[in-house]
Amino acid sequence: MKREILDELLAARAAARSVALATNLGTGQQLLIYPDGTKGDLNLDADVITAAREALKADRSTTLKTPDGDVFIQVHNPPPRLFIVGAVHIAQALARMGQLAGYGVTIIDPRRSFAGGGRFEGYDVTGEWPDEALERLKPDIRSAVVTLTHDPKLDDPALSTALRSPAFYIGALGSKKTHAARLERLRRAGFGDDALARIHGPVGLDIGAISPAEIAISIMAQITQKRRQGANA
Amino acid sequence: MNDVEDILGQAAAWRRAGRGVAVATVVSTWGSSPRPVGSQLAVDDQGNFVGSVSGGCIEGAVIKEALDAIATGKPRLLDFGVTNQQAWEVGLACGGKVQVYVERLE
Repeated sequence: MKREILDELLAARAAARSVALATNLGTGQQLLIYPDGTKGDLNLDADVITAAREALKADRSTTLKTPDGDVFIQVHNPPPRLFIVGAVHIAQALARMGQLAGYGVTIIDPRRSFAGGGRFEGYDVTGEWPDEALERLKPDIRSAVVTLTHDPKLDDPALSTALRSPAFYIGALGSKKTHAARLERLRRAGFGDDALARIHGPVGLDIGAISPAEIAISIMAQITQKRRQGANA
Repeated sequence: MNDVEDILGQAAAWRRAGRGVAVATVVSTWGSSPRPVGSQLAVDDQGNFVGSVSGGCIEGAVIKEALDAIATGKPRLLDFGVTNQQAWEVGLACGGKVQVYVERLE
């Protein structure tokens, strides 16, 4: 691998750009394939480049057969994102676990005394209102949104915004009773059963979690299940 | 923080420090294999490494090939299959098969 290719690849990743690295497994020649351009010394037919862009979209590395030999397409997409609403005790554990699992983590809490104080040092923290923050950050199909505040003033706007996004996971902390009341409020706000069924509540897999770290484990496990098993989960 | 970024970032840092470096990438898998396609391992000319291409079963052999790739500059495609316990050959105890591409950082 040439230094220019590696440096460009690292720069693309740092800038959260999607890029595929195509390598001819026989010659070692390489080509960087962006959604809108290419760079490198490996010549590929237009249909192979199209297939590489499809692999990028599907987020799946693959090997393509070409007249010049096998070409490995390594997909480099920006990390999936985890939005945590509520800079509470559980969020401290969940942010760490999300980061370990490869997510780009953002903590959202407009209450200054919660988000400040160095409890979330090194994480992306915003003091915007949850709906404003999520409208700006635009959760996509590779995003998870978890609300942890217990406060309808903060959780409800976050959930409303999340439900209007294609986020693959939406979870809300709260007991069955709290959750039923929350669904009722959202129903009155105009959300139908299909939309409300997207919310995992009470949040997390039922593993008897008690401590903040254990609850974070159950949430991270459910996010993982949803991401890896999707509709089968 | 991200796995792949870390590994390639470390590879680039080693190279900038003047060390020989090779990168190994899982390009295909069959059956149960411990690490998915795209998983990477970076090796320097002293045999230091970051990342993984298996659960630890074939790393030793991959590092040996990586050191050879650093020395000769020749990229290579390695096949690993099921372990044959009697023969003591390198392989995957889990019963899977993997193909690993090893290239030198220029």
